[in-house]
Amino acid sequence: MTQTRKNYVRPLDLKHGQVDMAHGSGGRAMAQLIEELFAKHLGNEYLAQGDDGALLPAPGQGRLVMATDCHVVSPLFFPGGDIGCLSVHGTINDVAMMGAIPLYLAAGFILEEGFKLADLARIVRSMAAAAKEAGVPIVTGDTKVVERGKGDGVFITTTGIGVVAPGNELSGRCAQAGDAILVSGTLGDHGMAIMAVRESLGFESPIISDTAALHSLIAAMRASGADIHVLRDPTRGGLATTLNEIAGQSQVGMMLQEKALPVNPAVNAACEFLGLDPLYVANEGKLVAICAAADAEKLLAAMRAHPLGTNAAIIGSVHADDHHFVQMTTGFGGKRIVDWLSGEQLPRIC
Amino acid sequence: MKYIDEFRDGEVAVGLAEAIRREARPARRYHFMEFCGGHTHAISRYGVSDLLPDNVKMIHGPGCPVCVLPIGRVDQAIRLALEQGVTLCTYGDCLRVPASDGLSLLKAKARGGDIRMVYSSADAVALAQKHPDKQVVFFAIGFETTTPPTAVAIKQAAALGLKNFSVLCCHVLTPSAISSILESPEVRQWGTVPLDGFIGPAHVSTIIGSRPYEFFAEEYRKPVVIAGFEPLDVMQAIRMLIRQVNEGRAEVENEFSRAVDRNGNLKAQALVGEVFEMRKHFEWRGLNVLPYSALRIRRQFAEFDAEKRFPLDYRPVPDHKACECGAILRGVRRPQDCKLFGSVCTPENPVGSCMVSSEGACAAHYTYGRYKDV
Repeated sequence: MTQTRKNYVRPLDLKHGQVDMAHGSGGRAMAQLIEELFAKHLGNEYLAQGDDGALLPAPGQGRLVMATDCHVVSPLFFPGGDIGCLSVHGTINDVAMMGAIPLYLAAGFILEEGFKLADLARIVRSMAAAAKEAGVPIVTGDTKVVERGKGDGVFITTTGIGVVAPGNELSGRCAQAGDAILVSGTLGDHGMAIMAVRESLGFESPIISDTAALHSLIAAMRASGADIHVLRDPTRGGLATTLNEIAGQSQVGMMLQEKALPVNPAVNAACEFLGLDPLYVANEGKLVAICAAADAEKLLAAMRAHPLGTNAAIIGSVHADDHHFVQMTTGFGGKRIVDWLSGEQLPRIC
Repeated sequence: MKYIDEFRDGEVAVGLAEAIRREARPARRYHFMEFCGGHTHAISRYGVSDLLPDNVKMIHGPGCPVCVLPIGRVDQAIRLALEQGVTLCTYGDCLRVPASDGLSLLKAKARGGDIRMVYSSADAVALAQKHPDKQVVFFAIGFETTTPPTAVAIKQAAALGLKNFSVLCCHVLTPSAISSILESPEVRQWGTVPLDGFIGPAHVSTIIGSRPYEFFAEEYRKPVVIAGFEPLDVMQAIRMLIRQVNEGRAEVENEFSRAVDRNGNLKAQALVGEVFEMRKHFEWRGLNVLPYSALRIRRQFAEFDAEKRFPLDYRPVPDHKACECGAILRGVRRPQDCKLFGSVCTPENPVGSCMVSSEGACAAHYTYGRYKDV
């Protein structure tokens, strides 16, 4: 980018300014946006190279893991986070669930004409803080602007690269009959935090999104020496959808114990109110772990000792089943299927 | 959750199950219909059937609001959105109901229809206030529970002098549906649907009270127990029904006394009476055209009647030939008896309306209970 003498250009108005088409045109306005906002907050040695891509040191051994995640959340700001930190956490988690140590992130922004620069700055600062806390730098990026009405403020796509040490690879195909199923904490917090804002549910104590990067929790779980077969973050579609995916991939059945499922009472109440089931509500800072039954208690202890796993629980077990059903013993004493989510989870009316 | 967890207590359930087992006479079979989709959902979701002895069977009734909504009515709503360009507000459950030409409200939305999901009729009124340049239509469906809120919305719109709000009224009446089942040849003459009693509606009864069911108990000699929507409510009601059958009684009993009394909510009833009047006939999905079974908006509020405001003729549309929803809604067939169940017709791709709402018999069985079929 051309260096312009600072005094010749009016600085970006981060208080009252708005995104306009020029910010995506490739010209000086775009260079200014990158310099005064993105580079300023996200800055690191790779981003500072200023090229179209980042030149990165190759990891010594192991295999690369790459994952990408698009973020279109509405509202952009919610209790416990915003689209910025969410986009960092989401991709770090996708990389980490493969057994990899996340190394670098790339970020793509689609901005809508008229979007407030103050909001954009808030989002970028939040991304910077999340990346810094996780120790995973954003090393390259791109920005486009679409006309007013053709976006929803801002969409962010992040791509992550990580490296997995030989033998540490994880996959949803590795669950085995007899394994134990664990979750790292309460279910449905993120989804209900969003729903509560969208539906203006005025709860006395707001539901806080659980958005968090889970790679440090995974490192602690790995350090316990437990034989972990599968890790996955139950995001969209919630725990039910994630377990059905794994059951299908591993060609096994699962049996959950409803009484063992950790659910925050406020989330439970909000779900009840809206006619939703916490099993199908999104999480952004929780993981499902499937491990050898003999190691379940050891793994549980390691998870509970970590700040992101204090409410971890053993929630069920894996068994042989040609139909790959995920079932649950209800708190009531009956049995039922925990099925795939069909369509969107729509509230019941009556 | 206080006042909810108590009604889902597994230990109490075990005790109740034991009592039911003791009281149900091994020599006879008991067939009870739970009228409401809310009960169907509770039975499936909590696995209540697993706790019942083999000679006590539950038959799923027609009380799921979207299940009885005929295709022609959904078509009307879609036409309003796509041809008249209105903002159509609907309860979430309605969005996926299959309509003509492979459409649903959800698909019509993808084609550019301005279709919004609302939680309450008041949201639709608020939308009309906010967008005076747009015609906002509330697609009002449901039994007596959802009718008073629609009446409130119409009165609110009248008080505000809104010129851009109207209601496509498809509210239906519970007693008519129960009559239609009791009058059906399968129950009355052929006996192919054995029916020993009803679990009466929960939320509907908070509005209409328990009095309207007294006619069924007396005239048709069928016991009715009004029950709440929690699983323990359902089990307690089953126990009460078994007792009535064993003692040869046919009465209206009220398990849901924490919310229902004999007269119901008189204020709500007066409001409904002020805004709505009986339709001479109305088509139900699965139950055909039933006389005096639904409501329309009174002439006094005609300006809020979408059927009067827009050119909307009603065109009845037959169901898919192989779809058994009609028979399932009348209790004649079970979901797993339908050829389409689980193959062509799934919650992702519902052919019949019973597969749409989680309260529908087919969706409930598919989602929670199909492991029993394999």
